[in-house]
Parts: sequence; C-alpha cells; structure tokens
Amino acid sequence: MTSQSPLAIEATGLVKIFGDTRAVDGVDLAVRTGSVYGVLGPNGAGKTTTIRMLATLIRPDGGSARVLGHDIVREQDAVRSAVSLTGQLASVDEDLTGRENLILLGRLLGLRRGAAKTRAAELLQAFGLAEAAGKLVKNYSGGMRRRLDIAASIVVTPRLMFLDEPTTGLDPRSRNQVWGIIRALVAEGTTILLCTQYLEEADQLADGIAVIDHGKVIAEGTPGQLKASVGTGALHVRLLDPEQRPQAAELLGAALGVVHLEPDLAALSVQCADAGRAAEAVAELSRSGISIADFSLGQPSLDEVFLALTGHPADDDSEQRPDAIQEEQPA
Amino acid sequence: MSTPATEAPTTEADEAAVRKAIYSTARPPKARPVSAALTFGWRGMLKVKHVPEQLLDVTITPVMFVLMFTYLFGGAVAGSTGAYLDYILPGILVMSVLFTTVYSGVALNTDLTKGVVDRFRSLPIWRPAPLVGSLLGDSVRYLVAGTVIIVLGVALGYRPEAGVVGVLAALALVVVFAFGLSWVFTTLGLLLRTPNAVMNAGFMGIFPLTFLSNVFVDPATLPAALEAFVNVNPISILANASRGLMEGTASAADIGIVFATAAVLTAVFAPLTTRLYRRG
Repeated sequence: MTSQSPLAIEATGLVKIFGDTRAVDGVDLAVRTGSVYGVLGPNGAGKTTTIRMLATLIRPDGGSARVLGHDIVREQDAVRSAVSLTGQLASVDEDLTGRENLILLGRLLGLRRGAAKTRAAELLQAFGLAEAAGKLVKNYSGGMRRRLDIAASIVVTPRLMFLDEPTTGLDPRSRNQVWGIIRALVAEGTTILLCTQYLEEADQLADGIAVIDHGKVIAEGTPGQLKASVGTGALHVRLLDPEQRPQAAELLGAALGVVHLEPDLAALSVQCADAGRAAEAVAELSRSGISIADFSLGQPSLDEVFLALTGHPADDDSEQRPDAIQEEQPA
Repeated sequence: MSTPATEAPTTEADEAAVRKAIYSTARPPKARPVSAALTFGWRGMLKVKHVPEQLLDVTITPVMFVLMFTYLFGGAVAGSTGAYLDYILPGILVMSVLFTTVYSGVALNTDLTKGVVDRFRSLPIWRPAPLVGSLLGDSVRYLVAGTVIIVLGVALGYRPEAGVVGVLAALALVVVFAFGLSWVFTTLGLLLRTPNAVMNAGFMGIFPLTFLSNVFVDPATLPAALEAFVNVNPISILANASRGLMEGTASAADIGIVFATAAVLTAVFAPLTTRLYRRG
C-alpha cells in the first residue's frame, strides 16, 4: 500500500483549541512502526484530543501529522482504512449484543455476511465472550465491554491501533487480560498508540513514552531514559507497624537524605543510588527494632518521574481540566 | 451461528487464540456505499427487535388520532363520522408519519452521546452511510405507522375508491416525503444539545405546519389569508396527493410537487447533516 516508513506516526506541532483553551498546544510525536508508544498524562492533559486528531475525528487547528504515511487532513480515508480506534467511552453499541456489534463492524469493513459471522464467532471465542455473545452489551461488565471493544477494533486487523485508556476503571484481573491482548497485538506486528494515565501501564507495555501535560509534551524517551533523567533510584521501605514510621523516617533521613512519606501509612522512600549504603540503612532500621515488611531498591517509578517533571502528581485532578468535558460535545 | 462445539466457551481472553485471530484476516475490499447504508439500517432494526416498545409511538399514537378525530370532530366538522373518516384518514396518515420524523432527529442526538459514534466516524465508509442507513431504518417505522392507520381506517368503514393499489401508492408517497423531511430534523439533532431540545424544536415546527394545512378541515372554510397559506403549505399538497391516490383522482402536479419538495429537502439538509456529523 505505502512504502514502509520506519515511522508509523509523525506529528509536528499539532494544535487544537477549544474556546480559549489550548487543549493540545504544539505536540510532536514520532512513533516507530511495530512499537507500543505510550502517551502519558493526567485527565485533561490533551491525550484524547491528540488521538482524535490522529484518528481523523477532529481537524487540527495547527501543525500536521502523517499516519502510516498519509496526511491526517488531506488523506483521511487512507488513514481510516489502516487504523482503528478504541475510545475512552467504550466504542461499542450498548443496545446491541456482542455478536451483533462484531457482525455490524465486519459488514461495514467490507466482509460478506457469512465471513462477518464467522469472524465474529472467532473473536468472541478468543476474547472469552462466547457465552455472553447473545447478551446486550449494556449488561456486560466493564472488563467484558473493554474486551469486546478491542475485539471490535481487530475485526479487520489494523496496522495501527489507537487505544485510549484501555484499562481505566477495570479490576486488576481484567486489566491483566487487556494487557495480554495488547501484547498479543504487538507480537503480531500492530503498532499501538496507547494513551494512559496509569504510569504502571505505560511502564509495562510501552517501548517509548511521551509525557504530556497541559497540551504539551514535557518529556520523551524510553521508560528507562525517563527514569534516568529524573536522577537516581530510590529505596522503598514498608514497615509492619505504621506507628514506627516517624522513627524510621528519622533514621533513614540521617543516613541517606530527604525522606518521602508515601500515601500508604506504613511506607516511605528515600533517594539513593548506592546499593551498599541502602543495605546499611536497612540494617540500621532492623537493629533499632523497626520491623520491616519489605524493601526494594529501584529506579524511580513513573509516578516520581511525573512529579519531578511537572511539579504535581499525575493523579492531580484538582485543577480545572476543561477539555475533557468539551471533547465530548458534538458541536 | 454458534461457536464450534469442540471448544468450550470461556469467559477469559485466550492469548493464543487472540494471536491467531489477529493474523487470520486479510483486509477485504471496502464496503460499497449501499451495503454500508443498509448495514446501518439493519442496526436500526436490531434495536427495535431488542426493545419493541420503541414501536409504541408509531402504533398507539396513530390509533389515538384516528379514533379521537373521527368520533370527536367528525359530526361537527363534516356532519357525520363516516363522511369525516373519508376526508381525514389520508390526513391522519400524513400527520402521524410526519410527526414520527421528529424522532429521527431525537434518536440521532441520543446516539451522539455514545462512544460508538466515534468508531463509526473513524471507519473508511461512505460518509453519509450512518445517516442514510438510520433513516432507511426509520422509514420502516413510518411504514408501520402508516399501515396501522390504514388497517384501522378500513376496520372503521373507510373504503378508498382506488383500492389496495391506491392506498399503497399513497403510503409510499408519504414515506418518501417523510424521508426528505427527516433530514431537517437530523440537522436539528446535530445542532441542538439535548434530545429534549430537538423534540421541542421539532414539534414547534411540525405541529403548526400540520394544523395549518388541509389535513383536518377544508381550506375553503378558512379566512382568506389563512386559506392562501394553507393552499401552498407542502403538507396540504402532500395530503391532497395522498387523498387523490386513495380516491383515484390524484393530480400529477401535486405528486410532482411532493417529490420535488422531498428532493429539495434532501439536497439541502442531507449534506448539511453529513457535514455536521463528520465534524463531531
């Protein structure tokens, strides 16, 4: 179809303005073919708007982008023929059954009636939805809905898939299943642009990550690079008895420097790159009669990366985030 | 279509099967426009199948109208209920079907709040297909409404001169006009924010237009200014043409004007609706 460019997505200076909000304010992206690229940011950072522009659902107000070699404004049909979208709201029809949803999409993508039915049955089986095939989607659980949503996106396997927060609101087991499906897609050669506000998700799945905040890419790299750019690793300690945390904080502070108290009342962490000094500090805690549940020395988590980059935690919803609402309105 | 009996249904995604499912398709040629539109029509039919109550408005309301107008106003307006039934039945057919078109706009507005529209918009299909398809589906609802009225009318003693053929022709004409008119309401459905607003605005337009037509009364009994308006109201012309077809006296001019009006409405509002729909 197109010459195999090493880049599946090339975006330069994308801008989208809603009213007086610059929801996306000059985003550059370069996504390698065959990779999983994570776009990471809090609610309202501009992730969904970026995806919607790349998927040709809305027109950019500035900048340009090519998806699989096709311009997203001038060659919309070519883009649409090669991508599929799993939106933040589940992009399936709640008033139909799971099977009907998949047949509907198969027909719309050009499969004949018989082929569409066979394909629907195959996908329902593979995604663990065979039993629920005849039930209306509005009665599905969140996890089932997500799986159907992804199945709907691969009725005809796309070369590029946009996944907008695929595990938001799912329980850990359903989340793991969705992750498994995503890994299977990548293994079969589909490029994935994954928007998420879960740092762990990006860490688990993505080869490259762009951190986005207030419509701008504020950092970019592999998960490892991002962590390294924030500096050293950290020693994480969790105590058996939260009552002992002040005492532990004092000891660790004296040995290693500024202590960060985690939301978990029994946990604390401290910046430290040196395994030897960390081991000594842990031994010191132990000698002082503080019972340790577990400890680890690792690179900083993406949560810490986000905090270091933006000055506010990734799950900070307290600020006004207008574009999340505006994006849903039809006009 | 059942799943293969050899494989027990599971409730978990099976990664190996997912991988197999991923590489087992080749991209088929694009769906043809007509086929895409019909698929959307099928979607509309499925919704009716799952929630048959949706047909209440196109069955109960027309029955109510026929009974109410015939027996309440028949004596006063036409001297007898039988005479009025002959006059009003084609009119009620027109009114009921046209009122139903407002719901096309309401349904579209409701649809837009759902995530599935994003998927439709991101598909490589003929752009107006989702809209044309859902209006084709709605045309089936119009047919149901029309059929209910005619069957009830016959049961009450209505005997059209032109027989079955005339009645079917009238029904077809009304449905064609309704298809054209419904594009006005789908445009409204995309411009207004809530389903309720669409409903209110829609009826605020269609209600007076219907009553200021010859659906209920002979325009000759009206004040001159009103009569002039009623005579050029496309709904009057549609009602005339329908009566004519049922009685075997239809004028080609009336039928031509009805088709032309439907064509103009479609030509103006279908592209407008499509553009608004794409814009999201």
